[in-house]
Amino acid sequence: MSKQTTIFAATVPFAMLAAMGCEAQVARTPWGDPDLQGLWSNATLTPLQRPDELGDKAFFTPDEAEAYVVERIEATNADRTIGQTGSVGSYNDAWFDRGNSIVPTLRTSLIVDPANGKVPPFTPEAQQQHEANLVYSQEHPVDTPADRFLTERCIVFGGGAAPLFPEPYNNNYYIVQTPDYVTIMAEINHEVRIIPIDGRPRFAEHVLQWVGDSRGYWEGDTLVVETRNQKTNRFFYGVQMLNSVMSDQFSVVERFTRTAPDQIRYEATIEDPAVFTAPWSVEIYMHPQEGPLVEYACHEGNYGLTGMLSAARAEERRAAEAESTGQ
Amino acid sequence: MRIRHSLSVLCAALLLGLPALGQDQVDDIPRLSDGTPNFSGVWQSLTTANWDILSHGASAGPPEYGALLSVPPGRGIVDGDEIPYLPEALEQKQRNFESRWTEDPEAKCFMPGTPRANYMPYPFQIFHSESGMLFAYQFAGAARIINLVDHQTSAIDSWMGWSNGSFEDDTLVVDVTGFNGLAWLDRAGNHAGFRLRVVERYTFAGPDAIDYEATLEDPETFSRPWTMRFRLYRVAEPDAHLMEFKCVEFTEELLYGEFYKRPEG
Repeated sequence: MSKQTTIFAATVPFAMLAAMGCEAQVARTPWGDPDLQGLWSNATLTPLQRPDELGDKAFFTPDEAEAYVVERIEATNADRTIGQTGSVGSYNDAWFDRGNSIVPTLRTSLIVDPANGKVPPFTPEAQQQHEANLVYSQEHPVDTPADRFLTERCIVFGGGAAPLFPEPYNNNYYIVQTPDYVTIMAEINHEVRIIPIDGRPRFAEHVLQWVGDSRGYWEGDTLVVETRNQKTNRFFYGVQMLNSVMSDQFSVVERFTRTAPDQIRYEATIEDPAVFTAPWSVEIYMHPQEGPLVEYACHEGNYGLTGMLSAARAEERRAAEAESTGQ
Repeated sequence: MRIRHSLSVLCAALLLGLPALGQDQVDDIPRLSDGTPNFSGVWQSLTTANWDILSHGASAGPPEYGALLSVPPGRGIVDGDEIPYLPEALEQKQRNFESRWTEDPEAKCFMPGTPRANYMPYPFQIFHSESGMLFAYQFAGAARIINLVDHQTSAIDSWMGWSNGSFEDDTLVVDVTGFNGLAWLDRAGNHAGFRLRVVERYTFAGPDAIDYEATLEDPETFSRPWTMRFRLYRVAEPDAHLMEFKCVEFTEELLYGEFYKRPEG
């Protein structure tokens, strides 16, 4: 299928279904909730923020979308940088799974609010913290694991916690529902998000989890999930992409709607009044994924962290020796 | 009287579209809309098998932790109280035991493997619907998708194994293969290899208890298949909910501490 056809197939049924009000015919569980179960992927080539060069252009035309897809697949091909000077090498392109299409709305960014497709500016305090973090990271790149990204430490990945931002790979999810729960397992780092929908009380404010404390409810045919109590860390995947600031006021409201048999519309609104001057929202689409999911063991084989830490210490020893011998 | 009672049971079964109740079936267990036993819930074993799956008396742990890490006694969960190791595998078990305080994958927050995850002193939660089944374990956030249809062989070796599930009457039978052979069976160093095959059987023993049985087979480690069995209990408090225990960060000092840069002096 050509790229043109792919885009056509992805967009027209969506528009038609929405126009025909087909959301009412959504598949249902035996107890009557909309059925979100199965294997899904949220891989997409659409960037989180609108690229500067696109200015106020919120949507691609189909032709522009096709060109953009070709350009992104080429630009993100990891095989192009392998063997280049200064690179110790990493995964080749076979490991990546960014998808081969953009979101079916042809939007130019995952961010739909604010209208410029960009994360709102930091508060002055957050800006100051962000700059301090950058300085600290330059001076202490790898003293201990705490100086590294949470993903490098295999603690939590973007697929494990709200908001569910696409990763460069393993964007696969397994959803299972019961009358009391919607549970989302991400393939990446075997992250399981357990979302009670039975109205049970939240954890106490001081009980923090990396995945936060999520509570869901059905609003019509949309699953609404409110998450707070996340551990704060400047290296949280989504936060890391947003320049490394997060406060204990961070909260997310997600909305899952099965907009078509082969589609879940995922909306998330992020609020952190200590960090962002306004709330902001993303819209991402999940599409069925052929199985099966396989085990993603990260920590169990984390030679990378040992390598980074031990290499840094070796370099420091070498520098100290050079200094002591006056070279 | 007896006839009338039997008739009413039969009528109820027909009305509900349930299979007629056989001898081994318990009639007060939760069921899905299709009549399948519904295993959803938070479950935990009440054994000391994570210390040693064989019977054992109490013993000391590392002295610096006093009673905190001393070993509580237990009657064991293995049929015949014996693991039929091949000679080399028995030697490996002894080596594991000697190095258990640092080398047990549990100490490193590695995924615990199957069946160990089921008798660790942590709860796990089963999410079971007419179209899916997921086991979420608290320890290390380990997880298993139970494939109830479309049984395939594992594409990769893994810690938790590849789980194909099916029902024999009211018993959930899970055939687990595709192991990487790195998991231990307990803190005493009992172990199996990558050719391990575990056949698990989950049978309700009333609405809030599951009789669990697992037969382990690994021709490179054991001279014959052997079986363990214990009971799983429902965590029945109304707010029972699996909380997160991502223990990776608690192991970093143990695993990487020798490479830390520490403040001078």
